[in-house]
Formats: sequence, structure tokens, C-alpha cells
Amino acid sequence: MEFKTQLKTLFNSDASQKILAFAGLIVMFVVFSLASPNFFQFSNIVGILLATAVNGVLALGVTFVIITGGIDLSVGTVMTLSAVMTGVFITNLGLPIPVGVLGGLLTGGFAGWVNGTVISKMRVPPFVTTLGMLYVAKGLALVISGLKPIYFSDNPGFTKIAMGDIAGIPYAVIIFFGAAIVASIILNKTILGRYTFALGSNEEATRLSGVNTDKWKTAVYALAGLYSGLAGVLIASRLNSAQPALGAGYELDAIAAVVIGGTSLSGGEGTILGTVIGAFIISVLTNGLRILSVPQEWQIVVTGGILIVAVYADMLRRRQS
Amino acid sequence: MDKLLISMEGIEKSFPGVKALDQCRFELRAGEVHALVGENGAGKSTMMKVLSGIYAKDAGHIYYKGQEVDISTPRAAQDLGISIIHQELNLMPHLTLAQNIFIGREPRRGMPFLLDEATLNQQTAELFASMHLKLDPQTRVSNLTIAKQQMVEIAKALSFNSEVLIMDEPTAALTETEIEDLFQFIRDLRARGAGIIYISHRLEELQQISDRVTVMRDGHYIDTVTTNEVTTDQIISMMVGRTIYEATPELPDEPTTEVVLEVKNLNQGTALQDINFQLKKGEILGFAGLMGAGRTEVARAIFGADPVDSGAIYIRGQKAEVHSPQQAVWHGIGYLSEDRKRYGLALGLEVKENVAMAALDKFLGFLGWVNKSQIRSTAQYHIDELGIKTPSAEQKVKNLSGGNQQKVVIGKWLTADTDILIFDEPTRGIDVGAKSEIYKLLNELAKQGKSIIMISSELPEILRMSHRVIVMCEGRITGELPIEEATQEKIMTLATARKAIVNDSSPATPAVTA
Repeated sequence: MEFKTQLKTLFNSDASQKILAFAGLIVMFVVFSLASPNFFQFSNIVGILLATAVNGVLALGVTFVIITGGIDLSVGTVMTLSAVMTGVFITNLGLPIPVGVLGGLLTGGFAGWVNGTVISKMRVPPFVTTLGMLYVAKGLALVISGLKPIYFSDNPGFTKIAMGDIAGIPYAVIIFFGAAIVASIILNKTILGRYTFALGSNEEATRLSGVNTDKWKTAVYALAGLYSGLAGVLIASRLNSAQPALGAGYELDAIAAVVIGGTSLSGGEGTILGTVIGAFIISVLTNGLRILSVPQEWQIVVTGGILIVAVYADMLRRRQS
Repeated sequence: MDKLLISMEGIEKSFPGVKALDQCRFELRAGEVHALVGENGAGKSTMMKVLSGIYAKDAGHIYYKGQEVDISTPRAAQDLGISIIHQELNLMPHLTLAQNIFIGREPRRGMPFLLDEATLNQQTAELFASMHLKLDPQTRVSNLTIAKQQMVEIAKALSFNSEVLIMDEPTAALTETEIEDLFQFIRDLRARGAGIIYISHRLEELQQISDRVTVMRDGHYIDTVTTNEVTTDQIISMMVGRTIYEATPELPDEPTTEVVLEVKNLNQGTALQDINFQLKKGEILGFAGLMGAGRTEVARAIFGADPVDSGAIYIRGQKAEVHSPQQAVWHGIGYLSEDRKRYGLALGLEVKENVAMAALDKFLGFLGWVNKSQIRSTAQYHIDELGIKTPSAEQKVKNLSGGNQQKVVIGKWLTADTDILIFDEPTRGIDVGAKSEIYKLLNELAKQGKSIIMISSELPEILRMSHRVIVMCEGRITGELPIEEATQEKIMTLATARKAIVNDSSPATPAVTA
């Protein structure tokens, strides 16, 4: 009886979508491995993991926002702004690395908090608010950096944050998995996670239940901002520099990863594991097609096609149940 | 018994352009069920939203147990022990029952932000047990029927240990047995000294459940009376400020013998089993049954909205292929959903656009150009003919009352030249005055030779309107009664005739495959 209930809960949950996405990922692995001997190599797998880390971290934050029924278009450029601020703190101001990293994280968190406040208090739609923030953060990154990259050459320890390794696995990858575990705990075990789902499922009902929906919505966007800040630190560390012109377009990859992972754009449903799988699908695809010498332009076309197929498959599943 | 729980005095509330409440008052004693009635727009819901902290009042005083209180948020109301069950269900469909009931006050585990899911489910199970509800706390709300969701809402309100419980149209979506269960809860609560404010359009319920009745009209307080000292007709005349005909059922004219629609051996999984019936020209055929009996499923199957496993539909003797709503409309079948806001209307569009929607090709001219003036005149024709109260054909449908919205849907199907109309709960959420207008309209349509299937959970409505009544239970037709023989008791017996005790003597009962 107990087991049956659990089984039912599992089936009603998004588990079947995850299985579908995971199966897709496995199929890609097999196909690319058969197609090219260069694909299933340790160095290439590490390359895929590393390529997933930054987009994956961004996608984790976006998952929360999308589950509330919102959208965050600003994560890419907020990431850039956070990278630049990290550079300012460490290189320009000469602050210790941990302080600089914290500054980078808080920059992202602050931008997210502003998004959340504008959305919940001023009632500007999330699409517009975060589109505005996309430009603001992009502009600020250019202004603050003076259009030039900020290098971390004087602080050789900084690059270790992403590129140090355990048994050949870069820290960036480990940080990504750690961040995903934290995100999963927040989403499933904490009050913030519960209200994330509640907001996306029926915001008015949540408000009428006495929940301060404005506060929790702001918290969700701030959390997405924090994840952008973390992505900013990772990308700066990996490139050993803060590149102010980078970042636009990352938000779309992040949203694509979330959607491929089965999170519903209409809110109320979604999982962290799904998002992680979604992020891997995108980078495996990009990597595999590159190894098969498919031109980059075509890689983009294929990614778009996969996005639509993934969502279509998910909708077929939903219609059946 | 006479302890005053709530006293509201001089309450005023305005919205842009409307004075919703003008010097309104209301009081509630401990251990009473106090009904609040009035037509749509009378201000009942607004008054209760002020009391439950959803709207801020513009002026006036609220006293709780003799103390003046400031109820400015839903939370403040809950903390005082005032709970409201809204007319529209306010649940989060993606969350489980337990998560819904304890939203905003989840038990924590050690740290203030960590959820204690086990305790949450445990407490919910205890709550359900105390209410004799057989529900699994871990089911998602979206998997429940409307009636069960309503029960969850009530469980949620009770879980606050509220002393004041406001119920806004709690029985609108419930069947007779479920209503009886609900009334039992209410009586238990009353016995425990709680005060219950009961808003309802179903005036016949007031005599059963309420101690006192307060009547509101057009944002004004009219009067408070003791229920057993007044008749329903007296309450109605207070509500409408005039005497209208209500309880006098007019027996519709006899239909002809011409069979317009015949359904043969319709099967759809476990939802529909061996459905057979005929519909005659000019007939109103009532479909009675409990929630989930399969009445809506029959309608949707005939309308081609859901696929069936087997069965055939004959229209005027010809076998008809109806596999999509489009084909259904082509055969002259129109379906008026119970949820007209979701499935029947485009709320943001104008009356005339809604009227033309199901038959837009009639208004297409050269190169698909839409003939707007023709749409306008057609819409105006139906506005006059059906008596739709709207300032113009250009009014947005969302600004009309429930009764007038229903008439717009009827106008839409008449425009599409449908002559078999399936009404699913035609008067749900429609107030008394407008209800009798809808009834008149249905009679009128039948007289004109339209054939009508009317699905209704309100037995008085079924008995008043139908020529013939078909009763369903658990996906099967359990009986057919000519109107002369139909009584509430007979219908209820058939509606609860579960498989083991099917009464084979009823005339049209098909052979039940055991």
C-alpha cells in the first residue's frame, strides 16, 4: 500500500520526464561514441563537464524562477557584471580572493533582488523587468570595466577556483554538482522551495493563504541572481579574466536547459535533476557535433530542433496521463 | 449561545466607478449559522472579503468578541480565527493535499527553513480522519474532482481551529449526498460554538441549515430575519425588491415523436458503459446523477470532444461520424460547457465577436474578409431575442453577469444553426432572477423545435424543466423516468444504484454487463 502510493507519486511527479530526458542523453552518448572514437575519451568528457558547468549553474537559478511561472532573461549579463565586479574587487582594489568572490556572488544576488522587487512591488511583468536588467547589467559591466577585460594575473590562486582539479575533474564541475545538490535541497526540503511551487501553481491562492508572496517571489529572483553571481566567479576564474563583452546569449542556453529538463514554462512543475540533464544534453550535443565536424552554425540549428522535440515529447506524455 | 462573535457596522467600500458597499452591517453569534443572501452584485462577497482581510474597507468598524479589530491582511483574519472558503477554489493544483492545507504554516524540522514533510502528512491524515474523509494527504490536488477539492478547502479552513467560518457558495459544485455531508460538518461545528457565515444562491438550502438570514441588495443592508419565521418567497422579494415568479414550474409543451438524436452502445473505458438513449425534437431531456456519474462525459463524447471506444450516433435516422467538435457543429450539435468562462467564451472579446465565433465562416466574404456589419446585426438580433442585458454588442463579455454570459453562449450556438443543444449545468453560479430567465429561454427554444439535453445537479431544476429524465451512475444509465413519474427520491435512488444493486425494472435500462 505504502509502496503503491509512492509508486503513484513517482509516476505523477516529473520522474518520467527525467527518465525520458536521461534516455535521450544516453542515446546521444552512444551515437556519438559510435560515430567518432574521439568522443568517449576522458579528456573530451572532462571538456563536456567543464562546458556544462557555467551554463548549468545559470540554469539552476533559472529553474526556480520558471517554476514560479516567471522568466529571467538577465542571468547572462548579470553573470558578466558579477565577473567584472569580482575583477574590480580582487585586481583593482587588491582585496583578498575570498572577499572578491563574495563580492561577485553578492553582486549577482543584488541584481536578482532588484529584479524581484520591481516584479513583486511595482508589478512590472518578469519578462520586461529582466529584459531591462539584461541591458542594465550589460551596460554596467562595460562602464565599470572601461570596456577592457580585467585580468587576474597577479592572483594565480584565483584561477584554481574553477580549474584546480581532483583526479582530473576540474573544481568548476564539482562546484556545479555541489550547487545542484544545494538547489535540489532548497527546492524540495525548504520553505522557499515549497513557495516556489505554490507561486507557480496558483499565486492568488498562495497569497490568500496568508503567505507573503511578494517577499518569497523576491527571494526566488535573488536566488537566481546568486546563482548568476556564482557563474560569474566560475567563468572569470576559468578564463582568468573578467570579459565585459561576454554573457549575452547565455540566458537563452540556460532557459533551454531548464525547458529540455521538463520544467513547465507555465509554472508549478520542475526539477533540478531535470535541469542538470537538460544542461548536459545541450553541451553533449554541441560537443558531439563539433567532433563530427558539423559547422558551428548547424550546431545551433540542431540545438533549436532538439529543444522543440524535447518539449513536444513532454507534452505527449502529459496528454497521456 | 448569544455571545456576539462578529459585529460589522457602517462598512463602506468603493471600487472605481462603483460603490460596492454602502453603510452595510452584519453580525454573527457564536453557535449560529447565519446566511447572507442577495443577487449577484449585491455585495455579499465584497462584505466577506472585507471581513477576511482581502479588501480594505473605506469606512466602518469591525468588532471581534466586542473588541474593535483591524483586519488588513488575510493573515490577520486567520490569526483571529476567521477563515473563508472562497467561491472559486483556491488551491495549488500542483501541490499535494497536505502541502495545500498547511501552506503558510508548514511544520519545520529543527531549522526555521527546513520543512518537516512527515509531520505535515501526519497532521493532515489526522485532520482527514477527524472529518471522516478518505483522502491520501500525498495526492496532488489536480488529481481530485471538484467536489473533493471543495472538501480539501473545508479541511483547510477547519485546520485553523477557526471560530468563524465563512463559506461562499460552498454547495455550488457538490452533489446532494456531498451537500448532506457538508451540512453535517456545519451542524457539528455549530454545536461546538463556532459561527458560520453561509453565502448561497440556493435558497431552498437556507431552511435546512441556517438560523438567521441577512439580505443585501445593491450594496445595501436590507434586513436580518430568523429563518423559520420567513418563507423562501419572502426572502426572494427582499433580495430583488420586487416579487418575481420563482417556484411556479411551468410544464413545458409535449415534444414531438420525431427522434433527432439516437445514441447506441456508447462505450469509453470505464467512464461510459453501454450508453443508449434517444432525444426527440422539441424535447428537454434531463440528465441527472451525482458528480462523476459520467453525464459530462456523455456530452463530450456526443460532441466529439473525447474519443470513444465503440458506439454509434444517429442524427435524424442517419448514422453520423462525429469525431471532432467541428463535425459535431456541422451536424448541428452545440455544447454549452458547465465552465463557460473556460470553455464557452472568450472573456476578453466583445459580445458580437463571441456570438459569431462558432460560425465565423458565415460572415466571410471575398478573400476571407470578415463582414463586420453583418456580425453586428446578427449579434444585435440575438441580444434582443434572448434579452441579453448589455450596453451594446461591443461590450466585453467579461463585464456581463453570469446569466447574461450564459445567454451569449446560447446566442453563439444559435448563430451556428445548431438544433441539438447540450446544456451542462446551465444555471451554475447564476442568481435567482437570471435563472428563471434562462429557464424561460430553454422552454422557448424547445417550443421552436430545438432539442435539448440538460445536465444538472440541481434536482428541482431537473424536475421543473425536463420532459423526461435520464439518471446515470458510475458511467451507466441506471434509469429513465417520464416527468410525471419523476420525484427527487426516485432520481436519487437511481443515481446511487451502484452496479451490484441495479434495478432492472426501470424501462430504458440497458442490459448491464456484469
